[in-house]
Amino acid sequence: MDIILSIHDWFLGLLPAQITGFTKMALIALTYLTLFAVLGLYLVLLERRVAAWFQLRIGPNRVGFQGLLQTMADALKLLSKELTGTVKADKFLYNLAPYFVIVTSLMALGIFPFTQNLQAYDINIGLFFLIAISSIGVIGVLLGGWSSNNKYALIGAMRSGVQTISYELSIGLSLLTMVLITGSLQLSEIIEVQKNGWLILQGHIPAVIAFMIYMIAGTAETNRAPFDMVEAESELGAGFHTEYSGMKFAYFFLAEFINMFIIAAIAATVFFGGWLSPFGITESIPWLGVFWFLLKTFILVFLMMWFRWTFPRLRVDQLLTLEWKYLLPINLANIVIMALIVWLGLTLQL
Amino acid sequence: MLRSVVYLLFVLIGIAGIYFLADYNFLAAIQLTVYAGGVVVLIIFSVLLVHHIEMQLEVANRKKQLLTGLLCFAGLAVFLTTIYSHPFDVAGKTVTTTTAQIGERLLDYGPGGFILPFEVISVLLLAAMIGAIIIAKGEKKIKNKQPHKSPEPDEEVSLETEQEIQLDRILNEKSTVETE
Repeated sequence: MDIILSIHDWFLGLLPAQITGFTKMALIALTYLTLFAVLGLYLVLLERRVAAWFQLRIGPNRVGFQGLLQTMADALKLLSKELTGTVKADKFLYNLAPYFVIVTSLMALGIFPFTQNLQAYDINIGLFFLIAISSIGVIGVLLGGWSSNNKYALIGAMRSGVQTISYELSIGLSLLTMVLITGSLQLSEIIEVQKNGWLILQGHIPAVIAFMIYMIAGTAETNRAPFDMVEAESELGAGFHTEYSGMKFAYFFLAEFINMFIIAAIAATVFFGGWLSPFGITESIPWLGVFWFLLKTFILVFLMMWFRWTFPRLRVDQLLTLEWKYLLPINLANIVIMALIVWLGLTLQL
Repeated sequence: MLRSVVYLLFVLIGIAGIYFLADYNFLAAIQLTVYAGGVVVLIIFSVLLVHHIEMQLEVANRKKQLLTGLLCFAGLAVFLTTIYSHPFDVAGKTVTTTTAQIGERLLDYGPGGFILPFEVISVLLLAAMIGAIIIAKGEKKIKNKQPHKSPEPDEEVSLETEQEIQLDRILNEKSTVETE
């Protein structure tokens, strides 16, 4: 990227070489934080507009053009709110919990390739790292629920733990099915493989099954409806974040939306070719990769919102039955089929 | 009690950080999934089940605290002096181990391959998994034999056993990952 190189040169002229590294790291971190905040804000707005559309309402449309500044106003409101807490809460863990949730989702955001050259950290175990990071996020929810000293919060946290641990398995296995084709966990190499056709085409039937399982499990992993047992308003108040207010609540809220973005981004990268354009129509303009990546991701985000406003909530036992009696066996069989297809060379190559 | 679990979690994440620094990414991610994401979550679950937030743990008396502090300090001092006095060899080149290399070595039956331990552990884990399922199912049968008046308790029981199976499976799953 020319811009990044010129920024690099400018810094080298300004500062000694040792400090430049740190400044660049800080700048990259700042960029990602900004992206994080902006994404979070506008995903909330998108969710509200989509919800309104599905319910034949108009939704927020007063603050700014078409309500574009509505979530800004909400963020300001949340910032200025008093931070209430309970006297009998375990203060240390109560304050720690939101950071767990938000730091893990920020770490996961760091390794996505936005275009061929625009990637903060191309770690060689990319996909596995994402799964590892997402398994830590649940600890924040468990801690928050327990330390609030509130029975609704505790029940919400327990449900969240059961749900996330179960559905993590499906996410891992469905991604593993796709790794059989790519032969690599590195995100940039996964996209490289897809230059001969997106993986959902290359792997045809098992890939489509894996994609469906991944989207179901991903929705459950982010604790969204129809799997929002964790914060089922009608039974649990607000679930694990009942006792949180102001910015601490906003952290949980923001992390939930960023996690939704991450799940959609993984799906876009693994199944739909990441920043690759359809049929290579804009191959000569590399920076358009950002556009394609975001377009694919937002279509998948929209799909998840569609789920949310279409399906009724599941009961806990239905939730566990779905995972352990249906998704997991289908997934295991699917991996074997995929292995056979790759072994016999039956993948579609464009 | 939960705080100590969180401190343990920080230690485990720190160890994962050391693996990352050593450029051994695969092991670091395993460390994060298995220990931080799995074992610690299980420990948190058990704490949630047995410990209430208002329960105060017994605080040891001052003498014992002092003794523990001194012992820890002495251990740290010995450790640091050893580390700083030991002449370490600086490795000439760094090698990044990829997942493909690990996999090939694991299924290699030539010299230096790990196929035999891998298979033995797989069989052991399979046996453990079947055992767990049988134990969980056996309980269900006994409970079903009892005459019940309302359907609700039965449902609860089946749910519990299901969760038990799940927990066992998760445990097994984790140990599989661990050994791999």
